[in-house]
Amino acid sequence: MSSLLTWSMYVIVFGALGVLALRDRAKAMQAVKVAVKSFVGIFPSMLAIVGLIGLLLGVVPPQVISRYLGRGAGWWATVTAALIGAVMYIPSLVGFPLAASLLRAGASIATIAAFLTALVMVGTVTLPLEIRHLGKKMALGRNLLSLFFAFVIAIVMGMVLR
Amino acid sequence: MNTSLPQQTLTGGAPQGAATKIPKQWLADYRWVLLVAVADLALWLWQPTLVTPVLKNTWDYFVEMVIILIPVAVLMGLFEVWVPKQLIGKYLGRESGWKGIALSFLFGTAPTGPLYAAFPIAGMLLQKGASPLNVVVFLNTWAAIKIPQLLVEARFLGPAFMLVRLALTVPSAIVMGWLIQKAIERTGGLDVAPVKPEVAR
Repeated sequence: MSSLLTWSMYVIVFGALGVLALRDRAKAMQAVKVAVKSFVGIFPSMLAIVGLIGLLLGVVPPQVISRYLGRGAGWWATVTAALIGAVMYIPSLVGFPLAASLLRAGASIATIAAFLTALVMVGTVTLPLEIRHLGKKMALGRNLLSLFFAFVIAIVMGMVLR
Repeated sequence: MNTSLPQQTLTGGAPQGAATKIPKQWLADYRWVLLVAVADLALWLWQPTLVTPVLKNTWDYFVEMVIILIPVAVLMGLFEVWVPKQLIGKYLGRESGWKGIALSFLFGTAPTGPLYAAFPIAGMLLQKGASPLNVVVFLNTWAAIKIPQLLVEARFLGPAFMLVRLALTVPSAIVMGWLIQKAIERTGGLDVAPVKPEVAR
């Protein structure tokens, strides 16, 4: 894993915060407050996902994951992954480690890409809210097309990466 | 898996009676964690040898998540302070064409909240006269191409995975917006109850 990326992020982000603090104390404090709030907000789902990953990797042998989600599993695995991603309601930030753990255990790129793309773009749980604000045509159109494009993106990624 | 319903997060904590509500709220927030803990415990009773790798995997991913989430959270805080959400509506609502699409992207990449936080903004944009194309691009960028999210994706799945998915998501968002715009035009306009514009003077 690219730890260089992570540490340069620390330097950039905290550098920016430092500059902000020098120029505008109140704004920097507000930024820190929002940062703490988002961290605390995501912490429970992060813990749950991390625990789930631990269980998954510790109990389910990689051969099983590979058999059901790997390249040999066929299109149904990719379709199922996209549908699961579409109805799952977790912050997308914690979806990435879950996807990474499955990928490392033998799931195929296409299946993981379908899951992630559907997870971030399709919101089944929030659909009523979306309809209320944007109308049925736009909300349903956006979600259905997002699901469709999740497959397209997954297929292309499966061909490009391996 | 929903640990925070939109309504709860959007309105924030109730000011009165908060002291008695905290344990209940805490229990609601951490119910999945508790469930996993119970599963771990059951596993320990049933198959003690399996628990060590489970805990090790959990711990490894936990450390990795905390390491990446700290700068991501600070980045979100910086965005929140530097890019006020009212500003998004102000500029996006009046632009159109490629410039509008470009601005939709720009604003979509910066925000901090989950997707449902973008719905009211998107609704407001529609009523201000932004094109459905722009609004769809804005929503999908917000959903899929937020900078903090890309950093997490690169960290866990590798820069190549992140870049290829990004390169595919951008044109998809535009095509999607265009298709939805055409469909809405052909079927007689938006079907969201419009807020009547103020009478022109």
